[in-house]
Amino acid sequence: MSVTKPLPHDAARLHVTGEARYVDDIPTPKGTLHLAFGLSSAAAGTLKSMDLADVQAAPGVVAVMTAADLPFANDVSPSIHDEPLLATDKVHYVGQPLFLVAATSHLAARKAARLGKVQISETKPILDIEDALAQNSRFEDGPRIYGRGDVEAAIASAPHQISGQLVVGGQEHFYLEGQAALALPQEGGDMVVMSSTQHPTEIQHKVAEALGQPMHSVRVETRRMGGGFGGKESQGNALAVACAVVARETGRPCRMRYDRDDDMIITGKRHDFRIDYSVGFDDKGAIQGIDFTHYTRCGWAQDLSLPVADRAMLHADNAYYLPAVRITSHRLKTNMQSATAFRGFGGPQGMLGVERVMDHIAMHLGWDPLRVRKNNLYNTKASTGQQNRNTTPYGQKVEDFILPEMIDELVATSDYEKRRAAVAVWNSENLVLKRGIALTPVKFGISFTLTHLNQAGALVHVYQDGSIHLNHGGTEMGQGLFQKVAQVAAARFGVDVGQVKITATDTGKVPNTSATAASSGSDLNGMAVKAACDTIRSRMADLLTERHQCDRTDVIFKNGQVEVVDATYTFEEVAQMAYFARISLSATGFYKTPKLQWDRIKGKGRPFFYFAYGVAVTEVVIDTLTGENRILRADILHDVGASLNPGLDIGQIEGGYVQGSGWLTTEELVWDERGKLRTHAPSTYKIPACSDRPEIFNVALWDDQNREETIYRSKAVGEPPLMLGISAYAALCDAVQACGGHYADLQTPATAEAVFAAIQRARG
Amino acid sequence: MDIAFRLNGETVALRDVAPTVTLLDWLREERGLTGTKEGCNEGDCGACSVMVTDHSGARALNACILFLPQLNGKAVRTVEGVAAPDGTLHPVQRAMIDHHGSQCGFCTPGFIVSMATAHLNGATDHDVQLAGNLCRCTGYAPIIRAAEAAADQPIPEHMRDRSVSATEGLAAELDAPWVQPVDTDALATWYANHPDATLIAGATDVGLWVTKEFRDLGHVAFLNRCAGLRGINETDDGLRIGAMTTLTELEAAVAPLYPSFAKLIRRYGSVQVRNAATIGGNIANGSPIGDGPPALIALGATLHLRHDQTRRSMPLEAFFLDYGKQDRRPGEFVEAVTIPDQTNRLRCYKLSKRFDQDISAVCGCLSITVEDGAVSIARLVYGGMAGTPKRAQKAEAALIGTAWSETSVRAAMAALCDDFEPLSDMRASASYRLQTAQNMLLRYWYADQDTHVSALEVSP
Repeated sequence: MSVTKPLPHDAARLHVTGEARYVDDIPTPKGTLHLAFGLSSAAAGTLKSMDLADVQAAPGVVAVMTAADLPFANDVSPSIHDEPLLATDKVHYVGQPLFLVAATSHLAARKAARLGKVQISETKPILDIEDALAQNSRFEDGPRIYGRGDVEAAIASAPHQISGQLVVGGQEHFYLEGQAALALPQEGGDMVVMSSTQHPTEIQHKVAEALGQPMHSVRVETRRMGGGFGGKESQGNALAVACAVVARETGRPCRMRYDRDDDMIITGKRHDFRIDYSVGFDDKGAIQGIDFTHYTRCGWAQDLSLPVADRAMLHADNAYYLPAVRITSHRLKTNMQSATAFRGFGGPQGMLGVERVMDHIAMHLGWDPLRVRKNNLYNTKASTGQQNRNTTPYGQKVEDFILPEMIDELVATSDYEKRRAAVAVWNSENLVLKRGIALTPVKFGISFTLTHLNQAGALVHVYQDGSIHLNHGGTEMGQGLFQKVAQVAAARFGVDVGQVKITATDTGKVPNTSATAASSGSDLNGMAVKAACDTIRSRMADLLTERHQCDRTDVIFKNGQVEVVDATYTFEEVAQMAYFARISLSATGFYKTPKLQWDRIKGKGRPFFYFAYGVAVTEVVIDTLTGENRILRADILHDVGASLNPGLDIGQIEGGYVQGSGWLTTEELVWDERGKLRTHAPSTYKIPACSDRPEIFNVALWDDQNREETIYRSKAVGEPPLMLGISAYAALCDAVQACGGHYADLQTPATAEAVFAAIQRARG
Repeated sequence: MDIAFRLNGETVALRDVAPTVTLLDWLREERGLTGTKEGCNEGDCGACSVMVTDHSGARALNACILFLPQLNGKAVRTVEGVAAPDGTLHPVQRAMIDHHGSQCGFCTPGFIVSMATAHLNGATDHDVQLAGNLCRCTGYAPIIRAAEAAADQPIPEHMRDRSVSATEGLAAELDAPWVQPVDTDALATWYANHPDATLIAGATDVGLWVTKEFRDLGHVAFLNRCAGLRGINETDDGLRIGAMTTLTELEAAVAPLYPSFAKLIRRYGSVQVRNAATIGGNIANGSPIGDGPPALIALGATLHLRHDQTRRSMPLEAFFLDYGKQDRRPGEFVEAVTIPDQTNRLRCYKLSKRFDQDISAVCGCLSITVEDGAVSIARLVYGGMAGTPKRAQKAEAALIGTAWSETSVRAAMAALCDDFEPLSDMRASASYRLQTAQNMLLRYWYADQDTHVSALEVSP
């Protein structure tokens, strides 16, 4: 069967030959215009005047537009209509688009966009958490609070109390392909848009609004993205809308892509957080009561910040039972890029908070942090007389808690105990260099917390020659979704995966789709495709049972053939028979995730269909003279249920780990006191390079199926592995703590400088 | 001006080429070869990597900061030309498919070209060869597995490019928008007559003036065919290094003499950058955070400048007057730099957020000679600590003549505070710069005592 096979990415051959086409590679008709935005240089203020004469007069410029020139809606927000495509009177961040230029080349547009003379009456921007709190600059009317129990009493009555604070850095997506869109005007005012987006339906919706047309006038197509990571869930709206509007005004095709610096200056990033905590725990390190406060810088517009901040709260427990708990979340409005979705969607930040608490407790008790972690795990197998410790702070029961077994296995396979002892010996013998090792678990909730998004559609055609054409609402950003879903379709029809063609995601084929996000791509679309395939398969089977006077169960689709009691046909023959019998060989499929029920205001219910789990052990070495550090080895055991494609799943895990460890180490976003992002290119913003991966990198899949009825009992894999990277941070904490007896209080991102500072604190 | 080069095996002749059209834009916009990608347009991500072959061999370069005239007489191979003409995949392409080496695929063409170039050159230090190619999806592990799997596969014959005859060097009319002199005398005369012109060596910095700052370069001279600026020679005064020596060539030349300098160069940019960037450019550019000058100053290098027929030499440190200001007259250019022969005592310490391909927060190049237990020579040079690469004279003075001991080192560390007042920026804070600059002295001392100081040498 085609599922479970480690087949290569469906476009692997196209990738390695350079044939794979991205939006900017699509050949365009003659006369295509290229767009660029003129950007604000002020973080806050009022737009006084814009003199765009020089822009207009620049070589190659065909059109210049400001907010006043837009024919219909001036909004690219995915949530509450608070994000104008072009600024009207107020300016909210350095990099905000103020006007747009259409020119005969990309370079001409970029050059002209710098020539605007803009006057802004600047006001003091709100940049840091304290300023935002002082001015009550926030989304929603006050903080969200989730929790249970008498937290103060639980903390106060516990044998030990500690409190602390952790800065959790943001993260630039750094998808290798920058944002891009291409609009092709059609007859009758219709528009076709090619967009590098995780959310074609959202693009369709925003473009339709901007053109004053119903959604049926706009068709959006996405063949592939050069990486997304959440950064193309809403951030592509501006480019698509700009292209469509100028295409409408000029009648010419329009293409826009951000130069890398523009991309980093304009678009949102992972939310940074400050997490304050106070915790009471017993002599075993088991938490009795804990109080978290999340301060989240959301930037200037709401975008997806509410569900991001919610998800951070929903992962404040990670893998641990918190008997009495309060999580308070402030969603602060600041004069910066509007922070947006990024792999994990707040989950990593919330999770890092409690992992930090584990290390802090361990430091207080003088224990191996692993012991503290184990003593706090959820427990679903309580012995008689004991209470189950299996209810999350939001009331969802943890039903398949496999982490204790996974941790035991990884402790054994990674040789954790022996290596921890070796690290201690090594540290006692080395003056300048110190090592650290840590194990951290991941429990990540799978489903969109906005329940209605948990739906998907598919469209499947079988042609007379037996070839299969497949479409679904998911988008391909590199994760291998297309191949996984093709494997599902091939399995349903019992044919080779080569017989299945998946074409570009197209709002004209599958409507009203959700973003390919929340790790849900294969869960949702795999099930929708299965439903569509099964409809066609049933029709084929009905035909054969009638002809051969047998039961449905006697018709078997496998190995490219269809077996009936007394005959065997090729799949192609059956397709032809069905065609001649006038049976439809086309079907849609639909799926909605069951069991969900969630009240985000009360913070109670079952937001997640199930949890995905993982465990990582990381070992690092630090240089105490400079704080420079290296990951030496990582061992990972990750749960993907029954894998649809182990090759692709391991790829997600390896890549997620490195991206997560990059987030917590070298990836540092720096804004200056005027609110200007200073790290807006790869020269200054450092994602992991080749030599930053662990020298020894062992990844294994946990061998068990999903207890819930998912597609072939697999589990989602997109986001969870990113949080395995937390083990790299925890290992650095371990190493800096080896430098002295005072609490090292390592902050993130743990750059060499942050590590160096922590070493000085450890030494007191 | 006209140029000729080979593209994926076919000869291309272009007339009236503008000097600042990048190979990347030309490939994508004029030739429709969209396999080569733009990831950053500043030479930091490698998505635009192409293979360029000339008399000195094949090397990977970043097409986004490579101007067309630099290709005159060479052969270019893009990702579209890596598979054989009959469509047979190159071993690295096959291996990347088999090992799940691509996810989103956008960085993949650049990786394929870097891997195929390394494969052609027999280079198997994959982490070094691929340090200039960023991937955000895979975490690199499957890419390295693919590189290892392909390493011993035969080299496809079509990868062995031969170059073509270049078009003439210096333009007949001196007012041509750009020239490409083939000898130093012609360059010297032309530059004396065009003192406001821009000289382009490897274009790893000038490229960004064009792609990011949209600067008008005025008259331009490309130096890449200027034979007299090339070459490394043993002379009576030491090792004389021509200004157009690439960092790749310099790394190989200094490796046996000053291995720590070679290791520093190994971290200068990436393979693609080192294949283009020159030591002359690194010096003339005058950056306070260039990694070449601190090491050269610590080695007591002499700089050779030329204006028309006049030559002068000076200690390299004297060239850097102030931030953005060098002792270079209009029309004068860097001809060479000489490293005097010496017993190697140089250790270079580059501190940056990321190990590979990152600009130094601090670059400390220290050379301390000890005779009869006492410090006789101390050359302590730092980049990133001031407006220029600068010697720590007070710290040097604190060391010289004292017994070589931790006490003297700590005294020098204290004195270093009076040498520098570094800035805070996105790379590092002032206090961190100062403390680590001090600790580099301590590291030097520990290294002399055979204490483990290199995290790189720790095995898992």
